[in-house]
Amino acid sequence: MKGNLSPDVSQCLKLLRTMLLIRNAEERLGADFRDGKLPGGVHLSIGQEAVAAGVCAHLDAGDQIASTHRGHGHFLAKGGDPRALFAEIYGKREGICRGMGGSMHVADFSRGIIGANGIVGAGLPIATGAALANQLDGDGQMTVCIFGDGASNQGVLMESLNIASLWQLPLLFVCEHNGFCQFSPAATVTAGTISDRAKPFGIPVEVVDGNDVRAVWRVMAWATDHIRSGQGPAFIEARTYRINNHFEREHLVVTTPYRSEEEVSEWRRDRDPIAQLQQWLRDKSLADDAALAAIADEAAAVVDDSAAFAAAGTVPHANEGAGFMFAGTYS
Amino acid sequence: MVRIRFIQAINTALREEMQRDDKVILFGEDVEASIFGDTRGLIDTFGSRRVRNTPICENTLTGMAVGAAASGYRVVLHMMFANFIYTGFDGIANQMARMRLMSGGQVQLPLTVIASYGGGRSNAAQHSDTPFAPVMNLGGIHVAVPANPADAKGLLKSAIRCNDPVIFLEPGGRGGELGDVPDEEYLTPLGEAAVVRRGGDVTLIGMGSTMRTTLQAADMLAGDGIECEVVDCRSLAPLDEATLCAAAACTGRVIVVDESRDRCSAASHIAAVLADRAFGDLRAPIKRITVPDCSLPYAPASESHLLPDADKIVAAATTLVRAGEVT
Repeated sequence: MKGNLSPDVSQCLKLLRTMLLIRNAEERLGADFRDGKLPGGVHLSIGQEAVAAGVCAHLDAGDQIASTHRGHGHFLAKGGDPRALFAEIYGKREGICRGMGGSMHVADFSRGIIGANGIVGAGLPIATGAALANQLDGDGQMTVCIFGDGASNQGVLMESLNIASLWQLPLLFVCEHNGFCQFSPAATVTAGTISDRAKPFGIPVEVVDGNDVRAVWRVMAWATDHIRSGQGPAFIEARTYRINNHFEREHLVVTTPYRSEEEVSEWRRDRDPIAQLQQWLRDKSLADDAALAAIADEAAAVVDDSAAFAAAGTVPHANEGAGFMFAGTYS
Repeated sequence: MVRIRFIQAINTALREEMQRDDKVILFGEDVEASIFGDTRGLIDTFGSRRVRNTPICENTLTGMAVGAAASGYRVVLHMMFANFIYTGFDGIANQMARMRLMSGGQVQLPLTVIASYGGGRSNAAQHSDTPFAPVMNLGGIHVAVPANPADAKGLLKSAIRCNDPVIFLEPGGRGGELGDVPDEEYLTPLGEAAVVRRGGDVTLIGMGSTMRTTLQAADMLAGDGIECEVVDCRSLAPLDEATLCAAAACTGRVIVVDESRDRCSAASHIAAVLADRAFGDLRAPIKRITVPDCSLPYAPASESHLLPDADKIVAAATTLVRAGEVT
């Protein structure tokens, strides 16, 4: 595998914090949805936290990420405010997008989070444009496009790979391969190996266990070094697994099972990225139970605070949308 | 005043705005070769950093325009033929038009999409559309449609300076047409129609390509003693409803001339606005001269038969005015 550096202890603990924050936040959002507290649906990335954490650990505030409809984890890992995330998903004015975007559109442009996206694959061209801006700026910043295995079947992947390679853009493609295109197992809709699609464009690729956060971190160290040193785009295929359904309570509309309970249980039991990192830290005597419990409590407290903040937020006026359509200014 | 061609007006606007603001970048398919001539030579002045030929991949180009604009650049994307807007529609309809609201106003998207629209040159059905309806309906995007070199330059300069997305649709095949353009710096504001001829008998409303035929018709009608109030919309979104209503009130008889297919056309929207807002001033039903709900054929006679022309306008205006005289 590419990448010589490994995360040190403090970096591992930071990865754990990030993953636990995402896990706690999404478990709460899932429960909130089931309790009828959210106006719209949520797509959760439970089980996939290592990708968000490992990728964003290598990004600076000025680097940009384009994300997916399953983007809460990317938002939090890139430094998005948990309170603003919750308030957004609760449909409140205090939300990061003033309650106008919701779960599928969380974005914080001030932190380089240029948008989750409700259109599968649409982040690819946007990230390509953002990377063009990075190249023109010439300040060493880069853009990461995180997209799913479902998006890899959109034609814009080929188009973006072509331009990124042609123009040697500082763009990292991260395919967060969670095994499912909505309700279809990847094998039923996706031919071949996704990362192979980048190879004919001369873009270096690496496949990584997306549930091993240290491995993701290691590959990211290679990829960011490659891109920041001006060698053009790179491609990472991170193989993970979507523990939850495509969206919460999907059983109300999807009546035919598309995967077995055993398969889900196995991933949950044996491949959980958080439990794996905790076990590794214990095995190496890098953190004891008390230290690990403290990190978990800390994440839970942030989520409690964020949910309370969101619940206490204000509801946008009925006619509030129109004011957000145009900047209405000229340069 | 200086007399220049349509494409020179566009080229000059691009050149002036790229000189004014080094964040302005231009990309698109063959912007270097520039089959219409409107972007020709810009790469020599501004270099391949700011003027980039792209591959043919409209769906990515429109999304890229959004990404680069969101990241601080002032993007001009040349889409060549307006039909290719359909090919790149996700970036326009789902991204460009939606991102500001979805982000709660966090981001501004200073970007201009240029495309050449309309028929009449046997380019066949995939290179001849007038896609006013789909882009007017998006919300979140301004739509500018110049009818002459002066407005082409002034509207494009406004579009580039605008901090919101603008689709700039230039009438196809008219690049060589000459017009007077002011010597000094000027802008044509978005959202302002122009009354280009005064008259008390019938109001003709056109935009872009139909202005030439509309003005021809007004000349012909004047020969018959029918005086036309003629309005050039210049922008379709926002639409200058006040000017259109005032012009409708001048005569009480309105004909809207539009190269869109009739169903949900710019003309039908304008007619609906006037029916709502100017009903009391109308003396006759509003007439629309548009393209029938038919794709534009290749064969010249079959194509021109469908397009608005001066004879159709004259016939409609004469009928409206004569009907008024009988009653």
